[in-house]
Amino acid sequence: MPDLREILEVLLLQNYNTRLVVLSTTLLGIAAGLVGSFLLLRKRSLMGDALSHATLPGVAIAFAVMVALGGSGKSLPGLLLGATLSGIAGVATMLLIRHTTRLRDDVAMGFVLSVFFGVGVASLRMVQSMPGASAAGLESFIYGKTASMVSSDFLLISLVAGLSSLACLLFLKEFLLLCFDDGFAAAQGWPTLFLDVLLLGLVTAVTVIGLQSVGLILVIAFLITPPTAARFWTQRLIPMLLIAALIGGISGWLGASLSALTPQLPAGAVIVIVAALLFVLSMIFAPARGVIPRWIHQSRLRRKVDRQHLLRAAYEILEVQAGSAPVVNEPFPLALLLTKRSWTPRQLRRILKTARREDHLEPAAPDKILLSESGFGEASRATRNHRLWETYLIQYADIAPSHVDRDADMVEHILGAKLVRQLEAYLSDHDLALPVPPSPHSLEPSANP
Amino acid sequence: MNWTGFDTWIVVIGALCAAACALPGCFLVLRKMSMMGDAISHAVLPGLAIAFLVTGTRASVAMFLGAAVAGVLTALFTQWITRFGNVDRGAAMGIVFTTLFAIGLLLIRQAADHVDLDPGCVLYGAIELTPLDLVSLGGLPIPRAALVNGTVLLLNLGIIALLYKELKLSSFDPDLADTLGYPSQFLHYLLMTMVAVTTVAAFESVGSIIVIAMLIVPPATALLLTHDLLKMLLIAVGAAVLSALGGHLGALVVPGWFGFESTTTSGMIALAAGLVFTLAWLFSPKEGVLTRRFREKVGDPGSLPDTNTA
Repeated sequence: MPDLREILEVLLLQNYNTRLVVLSTTLLGIAAGLVGSFLLLRKRSLMGDALSHATLPGVAIAFAVMVALGGSGKSLPGLLLGATLSGIAGVATMLLIRHTTRLRDDVAMGFVLSVFFGVGVASLRMVQSMPGASAAGLESFIYGKTASMVSSDFLLISLVAGLSSLACLLFLKEFLLLCFDDGFAAAQGWPTLFLDVLLLGLVTAVTVIGLQSVGLILVIAFLITPPTAARFWTQRLIPMLLIAALIGGISGWLGASLSALTPQLPAGAVIVIVAALLFVLSMIFAPARGVIPRWIHQSRLRRKVDRQHLLRAAYEILEVQAGSAPVVNEPFPLALLLTKRSWTPRQLRRILKTARREDHLEPAAPDKILLSESGFGEASRATRNHRLWETYLIQYADIAPSHVDRDADMVEHILGAKLVRQLEAYLSDHDLALPVPPSPHSLEPSANP
Repeated sequence: MNWTGFDTWIVVIGALCAAACALPGCFLVLRKMSMMGDAISHAVLPGLAIAFLVTGTRASVAMFLGAAVAGVLTALFTQWITRFGNVDRGAAMGIVFTTLFAIGLLLIRQAADHVDLDPGCVLYGAIELTPLDLVSLGGLPIPRAALVNGTVLLLNLGIIALLYKELKLSSFDPDLADTLGYPSQFLHYLLMTMVAVTTVAAFESVGSIIVIAMLIVPPATALLLTHDLLKMLLIAVGAAVLSALGGHLGALVVPGWFGFESTTTSGMIALAAGLVFTLAWLFSPKEGVLTRRFREKVGDPGSLPDTNTA
């Protein structure tokens, strides 16, 4: 078990052996988070999957070419160049299939993924038998091998990661438009095809540098998981990009550190699991779209809707009882409520219980319901809002009076004070006066208290 | 080239496995879930690892069970994340399968000292060695892989024959299937289980790269050639068998062209499937890229002038 000093050394990049590895996976995580965000918003997350598999033939062929030219075949820039070229070929095949057949995106991706990977595996096996060179390390591109990094590799990786991040920031506005409304972007004269290709080029760059550290299967997680987790935290693009970069960076940093401390844990797998844990936490707790906050919000809204339905139903019953006289608050039979809406007796009992807790009802005889003072006021306000909206719909939206009740019902619960004032202004020719008697005393501040 | 009985068995096993994959693959492609095959075939790794760690053997039954459970869990988790998290299905799938794969890698690495379960073996398999592992069926020695993949093929064939109407309807119009009272959730998970079980049967013998290719590429080929589900299933199986044959031939011949000694049949089968697809892509009678180009140039073939009377 490593002690605390060792842990801190690794986490704070003080340890010479692990500094490069931890730093490069952190940078990779940041770049992948940024690029992956656009991929997610474009609903092409699995493109990274297809692309990363498509890089394998390039690795094998680049190795063979370098050996044939007399090199060692293991030079990282050469292998990554090969990977990039075959990744581009994969993307081109995908686009071709999409534009010349009626097969859909998922089939095109699956085709490129499996056929390119098959070719990659076959050619990898072929070059392994090449005389005079050992290709033994090539398979580490599939699972990743962080430990074998030298400083020139690190420079290359951080350069590519930095450039990709920079490109994301430079083309922020264009990518934003492309992701949210590509039809509009095209109509405005933006070169959408070029932007799409640029985005895929960035994905290729990130994938290819990810091959070395986390391997071609797990680099997919780097592209997908942090952006999807970030999506739960916010509804806005720029915060989402920052959070995705943060989550990607943290996963890379923590994962690589953990794996450096315990040698039997492969870095790629640990990084992916850290990212997945962050994803699960975000999915459950994140304020903007997390499961629990959304559930709380929805149940609060449901309670409000139930309350307003109950009070309005009560008010309308009282109205019918009063006939043409002014509505007064008096007990009425519970059975009448059941006929007003499609409540089951059980639902109604639950709603009444909540209303009692909120002081909207007062104790009355067993089969009777009596609104409290505040309940009656709230009931007349809810009914008034409903009627305002109904009148507005009839007057300005040409909805027949016999159908307006339902339409109004869907909107009235979210009417704010400002909207109600607006409705009152629109409907100023109707009689909207609130029945409040005039004050018996002067409301001006008196001169001598 | 030196063709032996050995090679015949390799092609037979490859063809059985390819056909077994192509059948459920047709429904995956029609349901726009092609990538599910890829996801499941990666995600079965932890199931296999756990089954292996618990039983300590590579006995087929436990492995099947572990992998089938992992496969169904993949489908289940994807569904949950999609529904409760409001996440795009592709992204949900990507998160689930990469995480499960990572867990599988960790488990295998932890047990590496006393286990000979190699992740590479899961991906490439060793179809070249399968004819060595013989079992006796009615006194006749046949390779175990042929038996396993043949059984899976029959199983898939049986399920599809039995539930043909239900699968067809829920693939083309899931909403109608729902309103008519067909159990479309059950059909979804049944299909996922079929994919998982098929994947495992193939994992042991031929490697999951064939599975991914055979789940997607032959059905896609068939989709370019026909609009009829029954014909699509038949063509997909045909394309799959052709790929297996072509793949093994390629594995024997192609390395020689470049001066190499050998390669894997699995990878070459995927490549052969890709070539078959490319042929259909270019020359499909109705939708081929070249056929269409040709038709645009000379006009509709029906209106060609009759050369005999000219």
